[in-house]
Amino acid sequence: MNLVTWGLALWQALLYVALAPLLVGWIRKVKARLQNRRGAAIWQPYWDIYKLFGKEARMAHTASLLFRAAPYLVFTATWLAAAAIPLVATGLPTAAIADVIVIAGLLALARFFLALAGMDVGTAFGGMGASREMLISALAEPAMLMAVFTLAMTAHSTNLVSVVEHQLTNLDLLQPSYLFALAGLVLVAIAETGRIPVDNPSTHLELTMIHEAMILEYSGRHLALMEWAAQLKLLLYGALLANIFFPWGIARETTGGALGLGLAVVIAKLALLGVVLAVSETVLAKMRLFRVPAFLNLALLLALLGLLSHVILEVGA
Amino acid sequence: MNLQHLLQLQQLMVVLAAMALFTSFVLLEQTRLVAAIHAFAWQGMLVAMVTVIVAASGAHAHLFFSAALTLGLKALLIPWMLHRLVRRLGLDRHSEPLRRPALVIMAALALVIFSYWLVLPIVRQELIFTRNIVAVSLAVVLIGLLMMVIRNQAVAQVLGFMSMENGLFLAAVSATGGMPLTVELGVAFDVLVAMVLFGVFFFQIRASIDSLDVDRMNRLTERTDEQ
Repeated sequence: MNLVTWGLALWQALLYVALAPLLVGWIRKVKARLQNRRGAAIWQPYWDIYKLFGKEARMAHTASLLFRAAPYLVFTATWLAAAAIPLVATGLPTAAIADVIVIAGLLALARFFLALAGMDVGTAFGGMGASREMLISALAEPAMLMAVFTLAMTAHSTNLVSVVEHQLTNLDLLQPSYLFALAGLVLVAIAETGRIPVDNPSTHLELTMIHEAMILEYSGRHLALMEWAAQLKLLLYGALLANIFFPWGIARETTGGALGLGLAVVIAKLALLGVVLAVSETVLAKMRLFRVPAFLNLALLLALLGLLSHVILEVGA
Repeated sequence: MNLQHLLQLQQLMVVLAAMALFTSFVLLEQTRLVAAIHAFAWQGMLVAMVTVIVAASGAHAHLFFSAALTLGLKALLIPWMLHRLVRRLGLDRHSEPLRRPALVIMAALALVIFSYWLVLPIVRQELIFTRNIVAVSLAVVLIGLLMMVIRNQAVAQVLGFMSMENGLFLAAVSATGGMPLTVELGVAFDVLVAMVLFGVFFFQIRASIDSLDVDRMNRLTERTDEQ
């Protein structure tokens, strides 16, 4: 039994890696259709990664060992963080060994190496991107932790599986704190994954890019890993939002039927989330960098209000 | 009281009250007057909905009337009057950014915590199901006060005042099941008259100092003959 659950955990972790490019392809496709373009096939991100792995990895003369190691570290840390978030099934051993603070720590580790790699070569754009990324993450991280602590206080545990289980047993409960936490976490997710009002993932415009500026010097397999890690991060936040706030259909037993249903449901939820993201990216314009702190202040406010409304309105005295 | 013990309708009321608190924050942070008026209208609407739910789940039938009064006055009539005033004063495109938005938000959050601490003795009395909302209504009052303190613009200060009134009404509904109908009618009439007077005042202020920034009134001096 133990071996089976570990096998399932490994399968779920591999599923994260396999599905991540598909989500990005789906979002790009929906966005293209909304803009009256036909768009590339939704398999295109897979082909891009495959192409990049086949290419030679060029390195600047000034690049150090860190530059070479960073893509592997970033990818692994993001992957480990993703593996701890329930995607298809709860009750897997990977979720039991890592709680939400570990996940935040792993994401911070990935970001740390990403920023260091951006500064390593010494080009102007890399340093600029790294400093912007750090500005955003320094403001986004407290908001994310506050939003997650709201959930943790309701479930009396920082473990995501307990949070999901608590949600599933209280499905008919209408909680203001969850609404605020959801809104706050959505804003954080947009900022952290570099989507439109904060960063535009599809351009290399000098003045506005953040994530692209840091990985500008990468090529070949290194670039492939960096891109894949970014796609993985998007899927990670998508799964976090979809499974914690809307946990219906997630597999609670390890039978084939429950797992199949869980997979189908989570893919449907993520597809819906992709459509929502594509629509919001179509109607919104990218904001100035100096407006981003206000955006993230709003996220922090929402998360704090969630925390307070849990204490004031839901627990009482 | 724990949320699990409440009925579905009463849980909805708690959510609506939380959203009313959020509109207070929106009002506080809003730089554009027209958007702030809309936020104020939404707050009035939410307060009216909370009142309807309290009326529906208790024996306070007269609260239906108060809810209708609040909806008509705070969510429709006063926002409409303010909207018209702002348009006639030519302030629709006026925006006044806060000097330290993050600090203001933190102060407002501290006020929420303070009001929770303040009403804890009330909450400990095993009162009706609305007692958790008393802290929220007090917070709405205090945030309205904060808004009157930090804003220089006269219309924004009036919005803060009106949102204080919303908070007081919510406190009355949640703590004691609403005020007597006579008092309520009197307050509603007062607010309406105040609104009309404010409208007159806006034009007077603008005629005398050519701006609605009330900070500039500090510099007014009486002309004396010796000089």
